[in-house]
Amino acid sequence: MTADSALSQLEHESIRIIREAIAEAERPVMLYSIGKDSSVMLHLTLKAFYPMKPPLPLLHVDTTWKFREMISFRDATAARLGMELITYTNQEGVRQGVTPFTHGSRAYTDIMKTDALRTALDAGGFDMILGGARRDEEKSRAKERVFSFRDAGHHWEPRTQRPELWSIPNLASNRGESFRVFPLSDWTELDVWRYIARERIQVVPLYFAARRPVVERSGQWIMVDDNRMPLAPGEAPQMRLVRFRTLGCYPLSAAVESRAATVRGIVRELESVRDSERAGRLIDFDQAGSMEKKKREGYF
Amino acid sequence: MTNDGGILRFLACGSVDDGKSTLIGHLLHLTGHLYDDQVRILEQESSRLGGAGGAIDYSLILDGLSAEREQGITIDVAYRYFSTSRRHFIVADTPGHERYTRNMATAASQCSAALILLDASRGVLPQTRRHALICALMGIRRLLFITNKMDVAGWREGTFREAQAQCSRLAADLESFGVPPAQFEVVPVSAVSGDNLVAHSEKMPWYRGTTVMQWLHAVGSGEEMESSPMRFPVQYVLKAARSEDARQSGVEDGQWRGGAGTLRAYAGTVVSGTLKRRDPVVVLPSGLKTRVAEIWCGERRVRDATAGMAVALGLEGDHDVVRGDMIVAGEKQPELAQLFKVRLVWMDEQPMYAGRRYLFKGLSGTATAGITRIRGRIAPDSFRRLAADRFSLNDIGEAELALSRTIPFDPYREIRETGGFILTDRLTNATVACGMILHALRRAGTVRRQFEEVSPLERAAVKGQRPSVIWLTGLSGAGKSTIANCLERKLIAQGRHTMLLDGDNIRRGLNRDLGFTEADRIENIRRIGEVTKLLTEAGLMVITAFISPYRADRDLVRDILPQDGFLEIFVDTPLEECERRDPKGLYRRARRGEIPNFTGIDAPYEPPAAPELRLDTMAHTAGECADTIVRFLLKQNLL
Repeated sequence: MTADSALSQLEHESIRIIREAIAEAERPVMLYSIGKDSSVMLHLTLKAFYPMKPPLPLLHVDTTWKFREMISFRDATAARLGMELITYTNQEGVRQGVTPFTHGSRAYTDIMKTDALRTALDAGGFDMILGGARRDEEKSRAKERVFSFRDAGHHWEPRTQRPELWSIPNLASNRGESFRVFPLSDWTELDVWRYIARERIQVVPLYFAARRPVVERSGQWIMVDDNRMPLAPGEAPQMRLVRFRTLGCYPLSAAVESRAATVRGIVRELESVRDSERAGRLIDFDQAGSMEKKKREGYF
Repeated sequence: MTNDGGILRFLACGSVDDGKSTLIGHLLHLTGHLYDDQVRILEQESSRLGGAGGAIDYSLILDGLSAEREQGITIDVAYRYFSTSRRHFIVADTPGHERYTRNMATAASQCSAALILLDASRGVLPQTRRHALICALMGIRRLLFITNKMDVAGWREGTFREAQAQCSRLAADLESFGVPPAQFEVVPVSAVSGDNLVAHSEKMPWYRGTTVMQWLHAVGSGEEMESSPMRFPVQYVLKAARSEDARQSGVEDGQWRGGAGTLRAYAGTVVSGTLKRRDPVVVLPSGLKTRVAEIWCGERRVRDATAGMAVALGLEGDHDVVRGDMIVAGEKQPELAQLFKVRLVWMDEQPMYAGRRYLFKGLSGTATAGITRIRGRIAPDSFRRLAADRFSLNDIGEAELALSRTIPFDPYREIRETGGFILTDRLTNATVACGMILHALRRAGTVRRQFEEVSPLERAAVKGQRPSVIWLTGLSGAGKSTIANCLERKLIAQGRHTMLLDGDNIRRGLNRDLGFTEADRIENIRRIGEVTKLLTEAGLMVITAFISPYRADRDLVRDILPQDGFLEIFVDTPLEECERRDPKGLYRRARRGEIPNFTGIDAPYEPPAAPELRLDTMAHTAGECADTIVRFLLKQNLL
């Protein structure tokens, strides 16, 4: 038994899940959200099909509010691997001026993320959708199957999930129905970073501590990534040594003060950290049972 | 990191309200796996929703669904993760309600150890026994019984000893059922206060055995699958053109075998055993013999692979191997079979009846499946086998299963992965059952099935039915043909494959050389018997409508047919009534002496002494009589 046998076990189990999903899919797609979990999932998928190019495209739902570094990382990654990248933006939402500042995080997420995702999935006719969500992120995710059935409206029905026995998923579905597949279900945040360290996986530099321009909003540090961020009269961004534990839309992703500038540094930091990963995700707390509601409606 | 014990997957189960969620929540807290912001939210929620009287209600961490928190029960499995310096743990918190047994079974199928909770004051409940049985049937042989709520029981040793004795009896019952626990202990705890979870409790100085964490550290993690015979189900065929742009960088030319210009390898997970380069292997079901040329683990070439590893194999030579094939050790091959005795946990609201067809799915692919016979239900509290004619939601039972094709398998107790399967409903797509293969009922040989005779049972299995003979006997005009036609119509409507033999299609063809002398009558029935036999070997349900007046002839037919598929049915209509009906005017002609040897007039009719069924056509219509036969077929597991 080697020192990282637990990590290797997770790796092998995830590769098996990825292969099974794609083997049974008619139109598989990977929901590529550019974050660390997506980076690990993509890395595992490359391994699963080596030396073939993975037989599925990447899909990114672009709200137009992602960090600029995320978008450049996304395009560089797809180009480097030669994989097809589908991006989708809810143009109707853009035209109506839906932003996190004007519509609140809940309506904004419904329109620019959940609606957009459903439309993009319908447009592509995808029946097997791989995502990087982990069960340790949030309470309702801890309850979800690895192969999670969605009805034709992309709804999740947590009270009547299909049993999931051994390594034999029941992937039968009718037209329009689909599965969300979570190969990283059993990984923790620390597992993900240890694996990134072990495999030297590239991630968006925003994860590493650097001096960045931030403003304080409700006790959290929000990075001013472009000039669309409304500032109070006389308010100026301060430069602070911060990093991000999770990445999303910049107005909704809080930075944490940190000195961890390398992958090893992040692993060390997480081994002693006292707050959960999603403490900095503003949309998870906008209503009680928030994530479960979003997931039932089709959010990842 | 110093963690080198791998991952232990275990579940917490037991009856509702015995404190599973609280125990796990508290374990997470004591091992430092609750973050400060989670504890803050938990404290707020505990005062608002909690059942711990203002103290921290740890169950709220686990019950993540709105419905669960509102109702204060666990509906589905929650997975949690924690680790110590010695080991990674994945724990599944399972629902205690009988209604959600299938979710508990989902967790059990993935785990190698179980914590079974009971309330110290209430002791072992029927649901405790049900969960212990499911764990054991699913192959979990490491059980820790946790007598919880010792605080409520006043920390009394006597209460614990009594619960401990009940647990020992339960373990003994599992052993006599044939699924003995390999490791089994009982520990007194209080999940609410944390006593005996990690450290020994000062309140129970009389207990010096293991704590929960000590047990979790010490218990064996895997199933030692490395020492089992090698099994490698092919998940995906990797093919890549040799051109530079079609594949990931770094592949050296010539390392992958396959047709000209194509690289080909078989991706999958080694589910048991080990394999190394040059090992002789057999591909099932084709029986192809070859050797392992290369083993790839991601982009690395490796010398060997062991159980649990996801790899890709290159084989020597060019072959057509597809998803669903199984590559196995040349030495210890699995059996190939089509008919099985299986254990099932029924998971659908719709009950299962023998004869229904489902879709079978295992690691060796899918097949159409029919339950040909229900062998009985297992009482979840006494573990006794009871007679049953159906399985309802959450029933555990034993049955015979026929597949539309031969598959390689191992008995579940030997290799979980190649002995487990699911059944799904072909219309609703629901998972209706999980199953474990006990053994094959008829071995179809080990390899090379193309050289093998197709058996009558296989022919019936592809039709998803059991062959049978419904032999109607009675006087001329008794109503045999009417009932036979009516019955066949009903069976066809249920998707059965049938054949009807009567005077019209036999006397005019095959037996047109025969008259009505006694010798010819005997030969007539003998030929009909042989034809019937051939038709049952084709897998059909055969309905016959002949007077067949002689008991000895009917017995002769019964003798040449399979034992339990022959139903002698007496269409009992009195001679006077037959003569009154006289649909073909035969009685009138016989009375006039125009037809000699007419049964009932000048030739005898010997009524059956012990028919399987007697139909009273005076009291019932032909349709009702046919319904009676359908009900009887169901009862006999022939439908």
